[in-house]
Amino acid sequence: MSNYSLSSLIWKRFRKNKLAMAGGIIVSILVVVAVFAPVFSPYDPGDIDRTHILVPPDIHHPFGTDDLGRDVLSRMIWGSRISLAVGFVAVGIATVIGLFFGALAGYYGGWSERIIMRFIDIMLTIPTFFLILAVIAFIEPSIWNIMIVIGLTSWMGVARLVRAEFLSLKEREYVLAARALGASDFRIIFRHIMINSMAPVLVSAVLGIAGAVLVESALSFLGIGVQPPTPSWGNILTLGKDNIEIAWWLSVFPGLAILITVLGYNLLGEGVRDSIDPRLWDTVRK
Amino acid sequence: MLKYLVKRLFEMIPTLLGITIISFFIIHLAPGKPTDVFSELNPKITPEARERLEKYYGLDKPVIVQYGLWLKRVVQFDFGESFSTDRRPVMQKIWDKKQPVTERKLFITFMLNLFEMVIIFLVAIPIGIFSATHRDSLYDRIATVSVFIGFAIPSFWLALLLMMLFGVYLDWLPVSGLKSMNYDSLSLGPKLLDRLRHLILPVFVASFGGLAGLSRYMRSSMLEVIRQDYVTVARAKGLPEKIVIYRHAFRNALLPLITLLGLSVPGLIGGSVIFENIFGIPGMGQLFYNGVMGRDYPLIMGILTIGAILTLIGNLLADIGYMLADPRIRAK
Repeated sequence: MSNYSLSSLIWKRFRKNKLAMAGGIIVSILVVVAVFAPVFSPYDPGDIDRTHILVPPDIHHPFGTDDLGRDVLSRMIWGSRISLAVGFVAVGIATVIGLFFGALAGYYGGWSERIIMRFIDIMLTIPTFFLILAVIAFIEPSIWNIMIVIGLTSWMGVARLVRAEFLSLKEREYVLAARALGASDFRIIFRHIMINSMAPVLVSAVLGIAGAVLVESALSFLGIGVQPPTPSWGNILTLGKDNIEIAWWLSVFPGLAILITVLGYNLLGEGVRDSIDPRLWDTVRK
Repeated sequence: MLKYLVKRLFEMIPTLLGITIISFFIIHLAPGKPTDVFSELNPKITPEARERLEKYYGLDKPVIVQYGLWLKRVVQFDFGESFSTDRRPVMQKIWDKKQPVTERKLFITFMLNLFEMVIIFLVAIPIGIFSATHRDSLYDRIATVSVFIGFAIPSFWLALLLMMLFGVYLDWLPVSGLKSMNYDSLSLGPKLLDRLRHLILPVFVASFGGLAGLSRYMRSSMLEVIRQDYVTVARAKGLPEKIVIYRHAFRNALLPLITLLGLSVPGLIGGSVIFENIFGIPGMGQLFYNGVMGRDYPLIMGILTIGAILTLIGNLLADIGYMLADPRIRAK
């Protein structure tokens, strides 16, 4: 064992975990599809064809067409960009806020900790989905607003996690050593403690992307998310609901795409968690 | 114990205040005004008339003053008048005393959420225990895979699929509303049956996601407990496995789940918007959706506040449950 570095050990564990690998592959495919959407999509997602309205899946349109004759597969491929962007940006915002508050509370303690923890308790008690709905409807639904609002309402978990990490790490010898050498608080927080608490934050970020994708699709489904004609999986599903009696393909495929995406991020996140947690190494090994 | 409960009740007050302050400021500071909606409906409205309207609703005052006025009324359980065209008091919209109890919005949403919670617990706990005690068996693997899918499935999509299957293709279940057209002419038995048939799909769909999460927690909590020394001791004493699991392990494994009960309330309430929208259920979620669309500040604030109160009550109940279940806390 001693010839392996920590990162190669983690990678080894991760590779052995089939579900985690499956998650990694799903996420990679999604990223590729979203980045190269113009290459993959057979039609222009906005192309209206009034002669081919609500056509069931066939050779020309593998996922059928919608009520304006637009190709559903192409719209879904372009829609993957939305879910990818919302997931990453919203979680990025949430992680930055969570790191900030968590570090502040965990490192300094005292009244700043009390205020921050109280604030977190309050935020966790508000039915956040209601608040997201209200705010986005007020400030106009757009992809940027959705990212920001989801980010601003989902940082609490990260903050708690970071605080707990800081509480335990700030007592370690290496922090003491850094302080004895005269390192500033700023340097200790960022160079010594935060770096070492990144692993669980990364896991919660990956799992957070899954949550953000679900919230975005729900908002778009309710008509308060990404607005047509911009395609998103959620707003294709709205058409599915409106045409539920005649066009099953409008409901089945976009929902399946959301399911697979969220599943991919969840598997990846759990896989990363299992492979970086040394306590689990023994139990997984058998 | 009584002293503890009273203390907890008093602690809820600042939290509730905090929630209303945050919600109030976010909603009132968002760009645009409710009077914009009036102007959209009636483009001919003059700036003077708009100003008059704003004055009438107190929207011309600073937000902090508006909040003070709002709070003064709310402590008397008055959430003010709705901004919508019917101008009914918010309280009446949520809890209309003229309607039978079962038709009132808060009752409908509350009962649905209660049903969901009971079902989630009744189903998830046995699944979790069985998964833990039969770890790595075929059953455990199937359960694990189902849980991952349950986590990932968008609930509104599941709703659409089931509506399509049971409502459109098989035509077994109604897909919208809470009662049939002929409901009022039915006698009690068929009335109950009719209600039940309307509730099956929404309650099933709404419970599904929670089921996955909770059974997972139950499994890991049980696995954790089984590893403890006292369980080994119980086994070493020669107690039958059933007693070891249900008397010694189960009750301890249940503790972390009680906390989850309280934490899951906001999620359930938030989910009502989606389910009530899909299944056409006239509850708080639908009311909220309409309120948001019409920028009905008093209605939005009223529902957010009631949602927060329900959540706090849920947390309190969870704490009481925790105390009843854990003798170590009871002793304090």
